[in-house]
Formats: sequence, structure tokens, C-alpha cells
Amino acid sequence: MEKLINFKSSLLGAALLGTMVILPACVTINIYFPAAAAEKAADKIIDDVWQLKDGQPNGSEPTVNTKEPTAPAK
Amino acid sequence: MKKILFGLLLVSGLLASQLGMAAADLEINTPAISALQNSMQNRHGQLASFYTSGAIGLTKDGLIAVKDASAVPLKDRQSLNALVAAENADRNKLYKEIAAANAHPEWEAEIRSTFAQRWVQKAQSGWYYQDASGWVKR
Repeated sequence: MEKLINFKSSLLGAALLGTMVILPACVTINIYFPAAAAEKAADKIIDDVWQLKDGQPNGSEPTVNTKEPTAPAK
Repeated sequence: MKKILFGLLLVSGLLASQLGMAAADLEINTPAISALQNSMQNRHGQLASFYTSGAIGLTKDGLIAVKDASAVPLKDRQSLNALVAAENADRNKLYKEIAAANAHPEWEAEIRSTFAQRWVQKAQSGWYYQDASGWVKR
């Protein structure tokens, strides 16, 4: 009987501890500044403004000769 | 048995909260932010050579400033000042808009300082930026 109570109280303690750890972690997302997400957003915008991503020609010059001329059939 | 079940529950709860954090992205796809991005992208064509010549540099508060006006012919200085002012107006609006788009206007200062670091990180070598001691060449 005593063992059962001990087990129950330890279970209760663990549950309480779990709630104390998990709940603030969830609230953190909403209250504190999401630094990693902000960095990601900044990088995306800066890449766009400065045209830093590969495959995008600088300026708005049209892409010409992107296709290899097809060899005439034999 | 109960203990194991509880342990599993706890672990899955922790995992779920981790996932929740990883999924939290900032909203940047609003018409206002896209318009500012376009405006800044267009202006960058005019600003790029001024970064290279050291006439302008990146400030530590996420803006740009005239660093060395003598790198620019006298007749062009007025238009350079106007370009810098227009760019800074867009940047200030951008930081404010991102904070507003995420329903946290109080994040503006932190968004600004995040940008300040990232502009410098992504700057080309030879461009100037400001740190605590003054202008530094990247």
C-alpha cells in the first residue's frame, strides 16, 4: 500500500515537472523574439534585394542561348 | 507499465514542443514587404558601385550612410544623398512592416539588429560597415 502511494506521488511529481518544463517552452515561441526565424527571414530578403542567389543573372538582362542548338538529323 | 507509458507521453510531449518551435517562421510575404523589397532591389543597381568605391557603407543600426563623399564627384553628391535617404526610409519601413506582419510591433528593434548583422555578413568584400570602433572594410 505504501509502495503504491509512493509510486503515485512520484508519478504526480513527474507530471508536474513535465508540465513545468513543457508549458513555458510553448509560451516561449509566442513571447520571446524568434532569433533563428528572424535570421532566416532576413537572409531571404537580403538575397532578394542584393540578388545573391545563384542562377539569377545580375540585373534584368534576358537570358539568351540557354539552349544548345540541336544537331541536324543524319 | 504505467511508468513506461508516462515516459513515452513525456517524450512525445517534448518532441511536439520542439517541432512547434522549429516550425515558427516569420511572416514576410505581405504586399507591403514585397513592395519594399522590389523598391530596394531596383535601387541597389544604383547603390552597388557606391558600396564598392567606399562612398557609402552599412551602419550598425541596419541602415546605410555616406562614409566618404569625396569618392563621388561633387555634382553627384546630391543624388547620392537622396539615394541614401530613400534607401534608409525603405529599410526603416521594412523592419517596422515585418514586426507588424507578425503581430509583434515590439520586435522592430530586434529585427533591425538581426538585419544589421546579416547585411554585413552578406556584404561583398571591399564594402565598408560600421562596428563599435567605426568604419571597417570587409
